[in-house]
Amino acid sequence: MKADPSVTARPRTRRAVSVTFRYVLLGIMAVIIGFPIYITVVNSLLSAPQIAARPPTLFPLHPMWGSFATAFNQAHLGIYLRNSMIVTVLIMVAELLTSILAGYAFACVRFPFRRTIFMLCIATLMVPMEATIVPNRQTIVELGWFNSFPALIVPFLASGVGIFLFRQAFLGVPRDLHDAARLDGYGHFRFLTRIAVPLNRPLIGAFALYAFLSAWNQYLWPLIVTETNGVRTVQIGLRQLQALNVDQTNVIFAGTLLAALPIFVLLLIFQRQLVRGLTAGALKG
Amino acid sequence: MIPDRNRSRKWREALLGYLWVLPALGVFAVFVFYPLGKAVWLGLYRTPPFPNLASKYVGASQYGSVLSSAPFLHSLERTVLFVIFTVPAGIVLGIALAALANQRLAGIRVFRTVFSSTVATSTAVASVIFFTLLDPQVGLFSYWLGKRGGTGILQNPTLALPAVSVVTLWQNIGFTFILMSAALQSIPDELLDAARIDGAASWFRFRSVTLPLLSPTVFFAGVVGIIGSFQAFGQIDLLTQGGPNNHTLVLIYYIYQAAFTNNNYGLAAVLSVALFLILLILTLGQFWFLERRVFYGRES
Repeated sequence: MKADPSVTARPRTRRAVSVTFRYVLLGIMAVIIGFPIYITVVNSLLSAPQIAARPPTLFPLHPMWGSFATAFNQAHLGIYLRNSMIVTVLIMVAELLTSILAGYAFACVRFPFRRTIFMLCIATLMVPMEATIVPNRQTIVELGWFNSFPALIVPFLASGVGIFLFRQAFLGVPRDLHDAARLDGYGHFRFLTRIAVPLNRPLIGAFALYAFLSAWNQYLWPLIVTETNGVRTVQIGLRQLQALNVDQTNVIFAGTLLAALPIFVLLLIFQRQLVRGLTAGALKG
Repeated sequence: MIPDRNRSRKWREALLGYLWVLPALGVFAVFVFYPLGKAVWLGLYRTPPFPNLASKYVGASQYGSVLSSAPFLHSLERTVLFVIFTVPAGIVLGIALAALANQRLAGIRVFRTVFSSTVATSTAVASVIFFTLLDPQVGLFSYWLGKRGGTGILQNPTLALPAVSVVTLWQNIGFTFILMSAALQSIPDELLDAARIDGAASWFRFRSVTLPLLSPTVFFAGVVGIIGSFQAFGQIDLLTQGGPNNHTLVLIYYIYQAAFTNNNYGLAAVLSVALFLILLILTLGQFWFLERRVFYGRES
């Protein structure tokens, strides 16, 4: 039996209208949000005069790739990226190590004043780095670390967020596993490396991503403890880049893309850890 | 014999515990607790107007004078304005985008990718892109907004802070979108289906089912946003340097200027302590609020 067309047609057109309407909304928002990055890509492939020309070029018919090489070499993006990579990876690895060790100790090792010391570590979440930059910079100068890698790395070798998260995770490891492992003659170190850590791989991935992103995106601290290109991180390098002349706007745009590229690749690879990684700092003040 | 061995095992265990918390504790001691105390203490000394003179102990009076001074209140007002411009709009936009992208439509993944793409940009990346696009001579946005030549948008006292806020909004939208999308997807379909069967219209469904279930995430985004706005430094430094005429001189940039442009460590220390206390109150307020106000779907 065929349905009466007058009954079904109306809802169907209404649905079509609503779907079209949704696509239009989605399209408008995508253009607004995507445009700055799109135009950055376009401009990085044009020459500076083409960028300044009006009406503007919105699609590069003859893309020129040279500005990437200029940004990488002459504008020192290569060095900045290398510096950022060194600093970020060292901070990430160190934060993982210190947080896992301390988190495990607070969760599974018995020692006097454990709770007090744990509270001290959690209290650091209440102290924003911005509030301590003045004395911290003096400390760095007194240690003779001004304008060096240790200045960029050492203050971030521990993380209150990490300690909190790993303590939580290790508290969740079943008691039975501890007992069984002890019967097998496992000490704390072996239990940590063979059981507790492998059990919490997802958290380690998420926290590593969080640590990497926060370290990579740092701006204020690297700005006040570095003064030469040899140690400048890429975020501060962008500040140097921005000061380039108007006849090098193509290099500026290419440079920002180079600076964003590592994070872009990283986020693509770690899509699954993304939400947790981004919100790991949830408790951070 | 046995109690003795037990005791030595306990000792070894305690020693291991201390050894494992020591690295973190050492870093915290040197770079968190010591500088916090030192900032409070530095605030008791007035920095002399000329270098090479000794700082003068003035007690708490510097706290009183700085915290009631016009420049401090001005920077606080600028910061609060910045929060108002960035946080509510960011949350509303994030929810709207997440709701829009949370449908079964062909090609929706493309839109999701675009909406979340700004998480890959750092503050510096976003700021440099917008700085160049807002350049009064060659910037495309200046051209489109009819501001080509003359005073740029970032150099305009009334437009500078809104412009910095828009850049911040844009840079944060990817994060807010991802956050809100995850929250939306965690809402059980049965709840929405039940509302649909009850004949609830889509807007009503959204308001009476979706939004209450989103409230913990909204609250979280609000707190993170407010705290983040108080700490926002890079965009100010790259876009306006606190100008024009101090119109974007937020608290954190005021601290930076006092300390590293004017070498007035006493002033900077007092401001730092103020920033610390404000953020402390916000963080503690967050916990307090979280305990009592926010709706948690799991309870039912």
